[in-house]
Amino acid sequence: MTNRFRLGKNWLYLPLILMAVFYLIPLYVMLVTGFKSFAEVDLKTMWNLPNGIHFDNFVEAFSKLSPSLWNSFVMVIPAALISSGLGSLNGFILAKWKFRGADIIFPLILFGMFIPYQSILIPLVQFMNAAGIKGLPGLALAHIIYGIPITTLTFRNYYASLPQELLEAAKIDGADMLGIYRHILLPISLPSFVVVLIWQFTSAWNDFLFAVVLTGNTQWPITVALNNMAGSQIIAWNVQMAGSLLAALPTLLVYIFLGRYFLRGLLAGSLKG
Amino acid sequence: MLKTFFRDKDRYLSIILISPSILAVLIFVYVFIGWSVRVSLSKWKGITADYTWNGLDNYIQLFSDQRFHVDVRNTLIFTGVFVIGSIVLGFLLAVMLDQGLKGEGFFRSLFLFPMAISYIVTGVVWRWLMNPAEGVRTSGFNLLFSYLHLDFLQNAWHTTPNWGMAAIALAAIWQMSGYTMALYLAGLRSIPGELREAAQIDGANELQIYRYIILPLLSPVTLSALIILGHMSLKVFDLIIAIAGKQYPLDVPAIYMWQTTFDGLFYGRGAAIGILLLISVAVLIIPYIRYTLKTEVRQ
Repeated sequence: MTNRFRLGKNWLYLPLILMAVFYLIPLYVMLVTGFKSFAEVDLKTMWNLPNGIHFDNFVEAFSKLSPSLWNSFVMVIPAALISSGLGSLNGFILAKWKFRGADIIFPLILFGMFIPYQSILIPLVQFMNAAGIKGLPGLALAHIIYGIPITTLTFRNYYASLPQELLEAAKIDGADMLGIYRHILLPISLPSFVVVLIWQFTSAWNDFLFAVVLTGNTQWPITVALNNMAGSQIIAWNVQMAGSLLAALPTLLVYIFLGRYFLRGLLAGSLKG
Repeated sequence: MLKTFFRDKDRYLSIILISPSILAVLIFVYVFIGWSVRVSLSKWKGITADYTWNGLDNYIQLFSDQRFHVDVRNTLIFTGVFVIGSIVLGFLLAVMLDQGLKGEGFFRSLFLFPMAISYIVTGVVWRWLMNPAEGVRTSGFNLLFSYLHLDFLQNAWHTTPNWGMAAIALAAIWQMSGYTMALYLAGLRSIPGELREAAQIDGANELQIYRYIILPLLSPVTLSALIILGHMSLKVFDLIIAIAGKQYPLDVPAIYMWQTTFDGLFYGRGAAIGILLLISVAVLIIPYIRYTLKTEVRQ
């Protein structure tokens, strides 16, 4: 790294730490409220630390939300796996084989990534009802199809960046298309798979709009269940905070352990991968 | 790449393998958009579909609909605060993190973690942070301000008449500014160090270097951020639902569409709102996709 103007930069820690505090405030409130006992919970002391660690709120929130946490996992995992697999195959074909019309098809697919889903919501619900695909399978299907643009884009960019000689060599050795894909590209695709799987997992887990129109109350994923819990007057806010943490935990853990890949997905999502 | 790279057999196989995906996207995006357009031109109101031709009536009614006016105003306020806030904050964070300080990676991860969380979780937590209750029931940020002797900062947040959307935008800035930071950091890292050095030798001070060299070089990043954040603000939905529920003063087109269609069964009107949203997003995104693909070809 060249000259980054290092003279007397330490004062910068002050604004950085202040900003860090700002970003941590919601997490702090979730944690301290979550770990308070029912007796200590009071909006007037919401900023205070708990007197010891209590799990009352988490137990209560988990008993209310566990079915929908399960629904989310059951829906998100196949959705992420299938849309990533399709994206890899599509990306390979689009990167290595310029058929006529590819230049039109590709931007058309990309645009699908950005549309406001309100513009397809009525047909989507009508279609799912007519096809008899109800609840979680329908929701998973929606995430798979609307996930194809970003998964295809990420893999296409990756495969397009590989040296052509790699494939030419395999071709001379007599490998056909599927052979090249399986034996050469797939083994080196792992990082891209991680990026795409994380991205799909996170966006399907965090989705609310599709979930709220495609599922009924026994099949609600976590976002819908949490929102309804927060909207009801009966469930105390401390339980809501514990519930929020439970709802955020899976994607937060993914971020903590695989943040690098998460960032790459993020940049790909703005066509900057 | 080579048109002849694959043999004929492979080409047929390619078509067979890629067709289902392309077909699915074409149907679920473009056929469905066409279908929505058709619904928006119909009299459909109620549980059973009714495609009786209604011309542009649903659109015309929206333009004189008081609620839609509120929606447009709210979207503008939200977009203004959210986009400017995220860009300014993201830029400042990126510049601070680009100074080679120790702990850079830690701060970067911290500023980005809200991106991993759903708008629903953010909304549920911010709903309590922005609690507008007064007097002995004061809590959330307002209580924190009173601890810090900053009582003048206490306000009604999202329940402020006319300007409540600005408070919602604050929560959105919390969630998304890390993303603009990441975009700017990537941009800053791609500026060659020699440029800064040359300017330094020419006697430019640090502020001038940022103002006259770095900022102009980052304008493609700013453009991307403007477009991505701008199109997100047009779509804002879950965050408002989680903070405030369906409330008239905090209504936006995405919520109006959802409510009028699925609660009110005004399918024709709902579809019209959806299509207007699509047009506003397309105006931003289509030139962006063309621009991105063109620069890609040039590289």
